[in-house]
Amino acid sequence: MPYIPHTSEDVRAMLDRIGVGTIDDLFDEIPKALRIDALEGVPDALTEMDVARLAGARAAADGLPLNFIGAGAYEHHIPAPVWALVTRGEIYSAYTPYQAEASQGTLQIMYEYQSMIAGLNAMDVSNASLYDGASALAEACLMAVRAHRRSKSARILMPSTVNPAWRHVARAITEGQGLKLDAVPYDAATGRIDPKSLAAFAGEDITAIVVPQPNFFGQLEDVDALTRWARANGALVIAAVNPVSLALLSPPGEWGDGGADIACGDAQPFGVPLSSGGPYVGFMACRMEHVRQMPGRIAGRTVDTEGTPGFTLTLQAREQHIRRAKATSNICTNQGLLMTAATIHLALLGPAGLARVARACIARTNDLVAALGQLPGVRAAFSGPRFHEAVLKLDRPVAPLLESLAAEGIIGGFDLARDYPELGDALLVCATETRTRADIESYARALGRALGRPKAA
Amino acid sequence: MATRKPEPLVFELSRPGRGATAQYPAAEAADVPEAFRRRQPPPLPEVSELQAVRHYTRLSQLNFGIDTHFYPLGSCTMKYNPRACNSLAMLPGFLGRHPLAQVSTGQGVMACLFELQEMLKHVTGMAGVSLTPMAGAQGEFAGVAMIRAYHRARGDLARTEIIVPDAAHGTNPATATMCGMKVREIPTLPDGDVDIAALEAALSPATAGIMLTNPSTLGVFERRIVEIARKVHAAGGLLYYDGANLNAILGKVRPGDMGFDVIHMNLHKTFSTPHGGGGPGSGAVGVGQRLLPYMPVPVVAREGELYRWLDERDLPESIGRLSGFMGNTGVLLRAWVYMRILGAAGMRRVAEYSTLNANYLLARLKEAGFDAAYPGRRASHEFIVTLKRQAREQGVTAMDFAKRLLDHGYHAPTTYFPLLVPECLLIEPTESESREELDGFVEALSAIRREAETDAAAVKSAPHTMPVRRLDDVRAARQLDVAWKPAAT
Amino acid sequence: MSSNPADLRYTRSHEWLRTLPDGTIEIGITDHAQQALGDLVFVEVPEPGRRLAAGDACAVVESVKAASDVYSPIAGEVTAGNPKLATEPELINRDPYGEGWIMRLKPAGGAASETLDAKAYEAVAAAGG
Repeated sequence: MPYIPHTSEDVRAMLDRIGVGTIDDLFDEIPKALRIDALEGVPDALTEMDVARLAGARAAADGLPLNFIGAGAYEHHIPAPVWALVTRGEIYSAYTPYQAEASQGTLQIMYEYQSMIAGLNAMDVSNASLYDGASALAEACLMAVRAHRRSKSARILMPSTVNPAWRHVARAITEGQGLKLDAVPYDAATGRIDPKSLAAFAGEDITAIVVPQPNFFGQLEDVDALTRWARANGALVIAAVNPVSLALLSPPGEWGDGGADIACGDAQPFGVPLSSGGPYVGFMACRMEHVRQMPGRIAGRTVDTEGTPGFTLTLQAREQHIRRAKATSNICTNQGLLMTAATIHLALLGPAGLARVARACIARTNDLVAALGQLPGVRAAFSGPRFHEAVLKLDRPVAPLLESLAAEGIIGGFDLARDYPELGDALLVCATETRTRADIESYARALGRALGRPKAA
Repeated sequence: MATRKPEPLVFELSRPGRGATAQYPAAEAADVPEAFRRRQPPPLPEVSELQAVRHYTRLSQLNFGIDTHFYPLGSCTMKYNPRACNSLAMLPGFLGRHPLAQVSTGQGVMACLFELQEMLKHVTGMAGVSLTPMAGAQGEFAGVAMIRAYHRARGDLARTEIIVPDAAHGTNPATATMCGMKVREIPTLPDGDVDIAALEAALSPATAGIMLTNPSTLGVFERRIVEIARKVHAAGGLLYYDGANLNAILGKVRPGDMGFDVIHMNLHKTFSTPHGGGGPGSGAVGVGQRLLPYMPVPVVAREGELYRWLDERDLPESIGRLSGFMGNTGVLLRAWVYMRILGAAGMRRVAEYSTLNANYLLARLKEAGFDAAYPGRRASHEFIVTLKRQAREQGVTAMDFAKRLLDHGYHAPTTYFPLLVPECLLIEPTESESREELDGFVEALSAIRREAETDAAAVKSAPHTMPVRRLDDVRAARQLDVAWKPAAT
Repeated sequence: MSSNPADLRYTRSHEWLRTLPDGTIEIGITDHAQQALGDLVFVEVPEPGRRLAAGDACAVVESVKAASDVYSPIAGEVTAGNPKLATEPELINRDPYGEGWIMRLKPAGGAASETLDAKAYEAVAAAGG
């Protein structure tokens, strides 16, 4: 019996001790009419060896294509120690540190993670992680409504340069509480928010504005001007940032005059594999004045009865297990395993290593844009500074090109047709430090071949 | 008497100029324009690779985990996490795949996810499954959001109340509030079942639905579930099943057959994906026919031999997206491996042996003189012991027992939940524990009880052998220290 | 057993009310309530100017293990929240009827929640209410 240790002698002795004849007797409080005798539709057991063979064949079929997509999930080198440590049983098989004395490892890692995230964002405090970047943004919108007591509108400015999937998630999660998410357009030449366009909202009750950096197109927003606008108009600022970029870019806590109020994003680029979509790790940091409105677990440093420093979960009265219907969120756990990966990843890279990663990302993306931009019918869509993604305009529909590239083992980018039809045939590409110049040349050659073929009718 | 030297913070190991340089990419001159640049480098630690490895290895050793200790944390299903689930989910083809890559390059992973959806449908008796919710609480959110969408689509805007028994997990009322619903709490009878008279009184044209856990958080099966379902449906409401305790009934009875319209499953409980120190979870949802159009997207579909994602275009009435991509795929793959290794018969054994272990442990603890909170009832896969008597007679509380258990090498059961049972321990042994382990746990609890009678102070000051003694939670909250800051320069 | 000042009025939800010489009503939580909550770690007091109806939740008191709403038994306009509680929530534990007051209210008249005298409140508290 897989994962069940009982011998037939054990079963007999245990049933005797309980005072019943069979295991089935233990289910006698369940109405007979409801009980089933067998599970239809579920396959029979396989051995570990059989499942390994099946999984191996499927994983091999998916292959290891050369990837040039970012769009919210980024391929970075993951140092070997990260997952060797994360999958240690003491971390992998522990749970939320309810018994602090038996969970000091997890709690100290939370505290270190919170310190790193707060430091990267130049914010006062961070929680111990949320599910992913998209849901972190949704929670940040809800938090802003709670934190901004004078604002009654529950109205959030959500620029179109924010990751479209994140906008969808923010809408799905905040809709029940009546939040209104208003779009802000972007400038067609620069692919970023024109701070002047906010004039349309001046004088209105706006709870908060979301400021992405870099934005979904990879372009750098004028975060200082946007933050100043928010301050002047009584709105809070929610920063939605790529954490790798913070090695080089001005952190949310220092934007404009006085900084953002809440910073959020996805820490997936820190030690978390792409893994076909998750699990990733949302982060959220804020100014101290808002800490009681922040959702999620928080570890704090304190002392024990003998004065020895130690760690424990704190500010728990915000949470669902105490406040129930009045909790700041229904969130129960954090994203512990991935938070641990991010912490170890950042400890290994440090400020110098992370800055090198960020610079290499910029360099490779510049190389990529230069190489692809030389092909006939391909040009960069926007001017102005960017981080590690760029939008390319093409002379024909993107989807068939991406299919033919995929057939050659190249994942060529993210087709923007559905989310940004106004851009025409546009492709979002990304190159991190993991792409070599040779990789970029193979991509350029493959795209050149595809473009050399006649356009589909 | 804590003998261990505290492990310093990684920041305290840091020295300027040190680093795990094997991990650095080659230097590049590229940079962001001056106007966008950060003035000070981020305050991250600078340590060698060995220092980092040693530090995090040592920290891991301060934890209890399933791999090291019996962990009978009620309502959390801390069973063995098979290693195969991890290694197969981390095969390079699955691990390296970008979620937005062409589906033609993801047929392998999608085949696994499709099979998982199908298996979950069959074990719950539901018509459809969406795998995207990233944790149990998000699955709950999806469930209540679907109930809301269903009533709104019918123009029935008056249905704004969710009924929740007082024994429910705190996420239930918190979720209802997040969905813009009002919570109506109903009491539980002394035998642990829902108070049907109170339920009838609460039902009205404002009832959107009821959230139930069955077996309940009290460790007993709700015997009149069919009657409850009939009454709620007759009043126009829907039934939501909190799958926290699905482990107890896997393959024996299905929520769909009980009359539930929507269910969330905690794959990290029932299907043994790792708890990871608090996440990642996975809160797949199953729905009956009525709620099919509202499922969160994306959902995997099979068309002929090909798999594709159903999205908003296929399900225009969907409650939308809850995660940036398609949920916690890596967790889903682990659940798929687990289910394939167990097979249909193995899943039934999960319920049978977890129930056997719980009832055996309950019988032995009763013999040893402990008080069951619901002595007349059969335990499900978990049960509650109340230490009300010990608290009154020796002044030794459930918390004291919990802390002393750590010294005996056992993780404590869940304490002080559910809120309605005073001084409670909610004990869930799971099917993967041996009889010897359960016997040892009974010995430890009995020893603590004897100690409480002769030397209560030793119990009240426990733990004595952990890296730290009891921590000052009040100081932690009053003098908030939640992030290390570099010394001002 | 806690001793509740005889000159105050009490509610079943464990608030106390004191009429100040200028007619303002001072409100706090009882000794019984602070003992049940344990060491307080945070108190959220209402901002001056806020208008409350009788029965409105107007403040939150938080300990490590519990959070509880404080309800205003009468309607009125908040004239002050106790500013000291922001940094010293323990004042409520130490001196619930004095320095640990939570807010002051200018009564607006109209419907009010039921209030009790000290003796009747003690019976409620003793019954575990």
